[in-house]
Amino acid sequence: MKSRYDVVIVGSGAGGGTVAARLAPLVAQGKSVLVLERGPRFEDHEFTGREIEMAGALYADGGGFLTADGAMTLAFARGYGGTTIVYTGTSLVAPERVIAAWNVPGLDHADLAARSRRYLGENNVAPLPPELLNDNNRLFVEGAQAAGFHAEQFPLNLKGCRGSSLCNLGCPNAAKQGTNRVQLPNAERQGVTVISRAEVLGIGERRLSVRVHPRPAGGKGLESEWPPGDWSIDADMIVLAAGAIGTPTLLLRSAPAGLPSRVGEGFTAHPALILVAEHPREISNDVGHPKSFYLDRGAEEGYVLETCMYFPFVTAKNLTGFGPEHSVLMRAFPRLQMILVLACDQAVAGNRITVTAEGEPVVHYRFTPAVIESLARATRTSARIFFGAGAVRVHAPLANPPLIEARDRGRLDELIHRRHFAAGTVSISSAHLMGGCGMGRSAANSVTDGWGRVHGVPWLRVADASLFPNALEINPYVTIMALADRVSDGILGDLTAGQ
Amino acid sequence: MPEPVAFLSHPAFRAAAAAFVPELAVASPETWRLLIATVDVAVADRAARLRRQLGGFLRLLDLAARVRFAKPLHRLDLDIRIAFLRSFERAPVALLRRGVWGLRTLVFLGYYTQPTVIASLGYRASAAGWSR
Repeated sequence: MKSRYDVVIVGSGAGGGTVAARLAPLVAQGKSVLVLERGPRFEDHEFTGREIEMAGALYADGGGFLTADGAMTLAFARGYGGTTIVYTGTSLVAPERVIAAWNVPGLDHADLAARSRRYLGENNVAPLPPELLNDNNRLFVEGAQAAGFHAEQFPLNLKGCRGSSLCNLGCPNAAKQGTNRVQLPNAERQGVTVISRAEVLGIGERRLSVRVHPRPAGGKGLESEWPPGDWSIDADMIVLAAGAIGTPTLLLRSAPAGLPSRVGEGFTAHPALILVAEHPREISNDVGHPKSFYLDRGAEEGYVLETCMYFPFVTAKNLTGFGPEHSVLMRAFPRLQMILVLACDQAVAGNRITVTAEGEPVVHYRFTPAVIESLARATRTSARIFFGAGAVRVHAPLANPPLIEARDRGRLDELIHRRHFAAGTVSISSAHLMGGCGMGRSAANSVTDGWGRVHGVPWLRVADASLFPNALEINPYVTIMALADRVSDGILGDLTAGQ
Repeated sequence: MPEPVAFLSHPAFRAAAAAFVPELAVASPETWRLLIATVDVAVADRAARLRRQLGGFLRLLDLAARVRFAKPLHRLDLDIRIAFLRSFERAPVALLRRGVWGLRTLVFLGYYTQPTVIASLGYRASAAGWSR
């Protein structure tokens, strides 16, 4: 076991996995590359699709990580492959208007798009063939058309999808081409060392304090490759790719000399509502890929709609209220159509990550009036799509009462309104966590430059969604990989120049 | 077997749970056992502060029921209990709304993850997917 590496990467998700694969050829040149992943390595047979079991094994706080005021649930995974284990594999290239608005010196859309396309190829990205689309997705397309919109099909990174509908609990058929299936095995074949169950407690100048955890009794995943205990590791270069919560937390907790003061700021999340509608007949909803179509209204109205299908508990949690009405809707499960609403939020002062005295993350997030209005607009459009697809009633959390019958479809503007939003009654969640180490010109307005170099800290890079200076307004994993690819180029250039 | 987190043994917890999920009013002891065990694991993994908040909120609900109806929460008729909890769910004070949200989320976690329950809903997702 070595205690010094040329490069140490913290995290193995879309960012860390990409950097690991890009730097892997260095191993043949005598360099050493180490990846430290906080979560375990799972074996294929451990992806059972059982909601409580998998949520507990894969997600931080079992998927119930809350913002400081308890008003939004944040979902992020820990394990070999990070959150790529649990995403749905939707593979979109960043919109040109968003990258232009980011205004990061040296970062242009053409470069990011070219890098993104490389990963679309590497990850086997393609749209699903029509025969594998289920009713839940087809009804979205039909409903959108009836409502005057054109839904687009998601490109997906799948190989041998059997339509389990269990993407968010880890694919039980190893079909989803996350970093756990593509980049990390590729890196390991070339000699990169990946250590699981390795929690980075802190970083100092070219040094990491690491705690390797034992496999808990009865827990999922393999034992760590290293013995449990505390380790000190030296590294010429440290690349943080622990995600938009993990990376700022580690930096704030460690506070290495020269760290820019804006770490943790600029957090965005695409706050999401899960909307549900009931059809008069059973539809195929929980078989087939859950997320095959979307409607991008980001530029025009500040939201994106996506097809989705969730598990019973997540569904129950996201319906407002409780009691007999709630129970009746749950009992209609085989007749339910679902749409995920994503609000395109903007980085604002106060929405940020801090740490407690013990170094634990605290996510401060306030719903701005613009976000609440986006959610209301998106809910109205979704209701039109649901009714256009033939639904008999729609559950709209921003209506009071939330159940809207088909006979009231002409009153949606009146019934669904932002005045019905009250934090604590509407279940809002996020799986697109962004910002906290935003790119920019200098430490005065950012944390990193356009190549992920932390301003003023030459041995430290960032390569994950915390780089985003503002929300991406689409599903982020391809852009994370493209940015991590750029960060890797920078590292390779610097290492070569240093030889 | 260790005792569950204290507030789960409070009669107000079962009373609130049966208001959130009406099926629990006639649920089997095994359903209740699984629910309590699941919630127990979920809250045991969380910060002690959260457990204290949930326990405190449950006691507050019970006290408020005693003040308003001269009965503890578990002695209220189901309809009255539901209406009473809804008044907290819609309270102008965010902390009270979030208390109901947190409690009902835990009950849903304990109930809607049980294999027999999700089978009864008609939930069918499995690894076999289209080929089942």
